Amino acid sequence: MLKYSIKRLLQSLLTLFIIITIVFLLMRLLPEEGYFGDAYDKMDEAQREAILKNMGLRDPLHIQLINFYKKLFKGDLGQSITFRPKVPVMEIIKEKVPYSLYFGLASIAISLLVGIGMGILMAMNKSGFWDKFGTAYVVIIRAVPAAVYYLFIQLYLTGLFKVPMLFDIDKPKTWILPAISMSLGGIASYAMWMRRYMVDELNKDYVKLARAKGLDNKKIMVRHIFRNAFVPLAQYLPATILFTISGSIYIESLYSIPGMGGLLVEAIKRQDNTLVQALVLIYSSIGIVGLFLGDILMALFDPRINLQGKGGAR
Amino acid sequence: MMIKKAVKQLANNIEEYAEDELFEFAEFNEEEAQRAGYSNYSYWRSTWKVFISNRVAAFLLILMISLLLFTFIQPYLPNQKSPTKIYNDPVTNLPIKNHKPDKEFWFGTNSIGQDLWARVWSGTRTSLLISIIVGVWEAVVGITIGALWGYVRWLDRPLTEIYNVIDNIPKTIILILMTYIMKPSMATMIIAICSFSWIDMARFVRNLTIIIRDREYNLASRCLGTPTSRIITRNLLPYLVSVIMLTIALSIPSTIGYEVFLTYIGLGLPVSIPSLGNLINEGRLLILNPSQRYQLIFPAIVISVITISFYVLGNVFSDAADPKNHV
Repeated sequence: MLKYSIKRLLQSLLTLFIIITIVFLLMRLLPEEGYFGDAYDKMDEAQREAILKNMGLRDPLHIQLINFYKKLFKGDLGQSITFRPKVPVMEIIKEKVPYSLYFGLASIAISLLVGIGMGILMAMNKSGFWDKFGTAYVVIIRAVPAAVYYLFIQLYLTGLFKVPMLFDIDKPKTWILPAISMSLGGIASYAMWMRRYMVDELNKDYVKLARAKGLDNKKIMVRHIFRNAFVPLAQYLPATILFTISGSIYIESLYSIPGMGGLLVEAIKRQDNTLVQALVLIYSSIGIVGLFLGDILMALFDPRINLQGKGGAR
Repeated sequence: MMIKKAVKQLANNIEEYAEDELFEFAEFNEEEAQRAGYSNYSYWRSTWKVFISNRVAAFLLILMISLLLFTFIQPYLPNQKSPTKIYNDPVTNLPIKNHKPDKEFWFGTNSIGQDLWARVWSGTRTSLLISIIVGVWEAVVGITIGALWGYVRWLDRPLTEIYNVIDNIPKTIILILMTYIMKPSMATMIIAICSFSWIDMARFVRNLTIIIRDREYNLASRCLGTPTSRIITRNLLPYLVSVIMLTIALSIPSTIGYEVFLTYIGLGLPVSIPSLGNLINEGRLLILNPSQRYQLIFPAIVISVITISFYVLGNVFSDAADPKNHV
């Protein structure tokens, strides 16, 4: 177990290193005007050169990269260019993190509870009404672009429940719809996988034995099938985190929640390179950490997984 | 004496029989065949039978074929308007802005006076074109790399490591990064989506290949000296036909989803090209005014119908293509 965890951790760190380097190099491909913001037209060539040199952008690429990493370890991701000029991006992001965190955790909790519940309901009621209803829900959520149903939820449900369309920190009522919208995708994938695993388990011998012994259906479902079906589900926790990331980008800017997702949209619109770079790095780290935790959880839950086995792939 | 004669006659008979009738071509007779255990099972016919017996799928298939045909012939039909031209009122000579749907403008006009009906179909064309390019790319690259990955043993480790790295990054972040550093255009969008979409396909094909690779018939093939390329194309790929169809069908809803997402965060196609993402985004800006919501609702309905149909069709087809479901 320990050996596996260490190997997996090293792999995650390597991935992180590769991503940071790629992001850094890609960002250097952008035109240099981006570093000046609105002040570009007011300066002449010499002034621009001086500023670029001052920022270290005239150094050879590998030195720039090393400097970038040095700053990164100190938690310095540079200064914002156009969003809030000259303010360190970490300061801007720090204000936004709590909102994203609360909404993200709330939506993951909702997805887990509702999604697993729905999956169990669908499996117990196989080919019945709830199964069909759930399948329809899963198809709609997975097929239709998220923006479309997010927009319609904001448009019609806010009117229906008489809550303001935009987020307001002082009105807890306005927190509910964004959190629910954010979890719709997670609910759909949990329900789908839970149903599939439970149905797979249904035909196994131990279930037949339990039936033959005369156990009632509910007991078999909860005590026997659910436990076994839950194990492979652990690996979808990271997927939920990824869902929540892309969900948060939409939802936060739709409801004007002052979180990181909304900030990313804003930074892209204002072409604030350093802010975009910082947010991209943060989001990819969250993704990597999420997948790492998912794999470890999976290994903890399921004693059947042979960690010494060859193959190397997850 | 008698016995000798009989034997001779029998030998003669056999000789005659062998020359005339033993090697006659047999006519195929289904009843006879059934009795002898011969089956005229055809993979594709069975797949089609299972597929079409699902009434929802049959309906959606007809719907999508007619919608695709309509999308591509729509500009050549009479009385169609241009998707990018701004229409002016003949009396006041001002653009007809936010005109409600009526006989002249079937879906109304948008906020600068363009015909929404024409824009919706033009947008559908753009989005479908992108989706199909992405789907074909995904199938071709995914299957090539996946088959090599599974079949060529020394490639397994490096490709698995590459897979682990790419798979660890959130896809939306790759999309954002790629489109952010390039200029907004169709090519940018296609390159950005294609840059990672093949990876899951390759992974899937690799797993399938490893399962099939060591079956006896492949071993026999290899012992007879068949080259790897031929084993891959003849022995492995036929298993993947259903996967290819599923990938292309599912790439349509997912690509449209990516496009809408990118447009929403401001990295989509230029506004001059009508696309479903652009239409949703334009409609979104007007939602505060209930009388103009039709500009969001029409594109949203078209998007939902297309994405749900292809999603369902892809899944039903992949179930139908599984020989276990053939009766």
